[in-house]
Amino acid sequence: MSASLAFDLLLAAALLWSAWRALATPDIFRAVVLFIVFGLLLTLAWARLAAPDIALAEAAIGAGLTGALLLDAVGALGSRKDGAP
Amino acid sequence: MIPLLKRVAVILAAASFAGALVVAMLDLPAPTVHLPAAVEANMAASGVAHPVTAVLLNFRGYDTLLEVGVLLLALLGVLAVTGVRAAPRAVAPAEPAKRMLARLLAPLMMLVAVYLLWAGAIQPGGAFQAGAVLAAAAVLLHLTGILPGWGAPGPRLRVSLAAGFLIFLAVAGALLARGALLAYPPAQAGMLILLIEAGLMVSLGLILAGLFLLLSRDSGDEA
Repeated sequence: MSASLAFDLLLAAALLWSAWRALATPDIFRAVVLFIVFGLLLTLAWARLAAPDIALAEAAIGAGLTGALLLDAVGALGSRKDGAP
Repeated sequence: MIPLLKRVAVILAAASFAGALVVAMLDLPAPTVHLPAAVEANMAASGVAHPVTAVLLNFRGYDTLLEVGVLLLALLGVLAVTGVRAAPRAVAPAEPAKRMLARLLAPLMMLVAVYLLWAGAIQPGGAFQAGAVLAAAAVLLHLTGILPGWGAPGPRLRVSLAAGFLIFLAVAGALLARGALLAYPPAQAGMLILLIEAGLMVSLGLILAGLFLLLSRDSGDEA
């Protein structure tokens, strides 16, 4: 009981921390990586809540596809900035 | 720089809003209808053995039908914004090791997608997760330079994108003619759900992949 409670509290704290860091960090690339970390932690949270269906969807869509889209956008932004005169 | 006073006001407002939300959550009345029991009582007639799949594809199939329609509309929106262009250039090929890995992983991911679809009847899984895995495989192939981005989708691709929604709609329409929208006859429910989910897996995989492959272009070809 106490071990799982400690894990849940740690998970909740890590979720809040990664969410805050993803919003507050000035480096866009780092923010995207933190967003993916947030998505994976949220997957763990859904699994802890005994909702494996939502955990699967969160891991595949929330962390995976959205993360890849955001990383691609960061790459496009970066190369355009470099290419601009 | 935001003045300190303004920042404190914003933080206070956000904190009190969050507090109000928490209080509202704790204040919710106990539900008068016990839905899990209702689902449990009707599982035998649903055609599948996993409660989540039964709710998504049978008891509340209407919601899922509209959800798939929304996803299709989102892709149409992307198509409308990006417009029809000449075939975009492929991403620069990745290192041989990465390409090899992608070539090895893609068939495995397709296998996992079909397994997830099949497993959805009895345990967590289903069309949405399977479609997401398919889309992830397509994104992986695109990022390693094996699969070029999409220009204007051809007729076959267009049909495949819409097929899941159209199959779902055709089943719903056929059942509407027999009585009620998406009220499957219990004997055929399992087969119909599998048919709908198979169509949804292909279409959702292509739609989610399309959101990536249509938007992902070399930044050089933007004006």
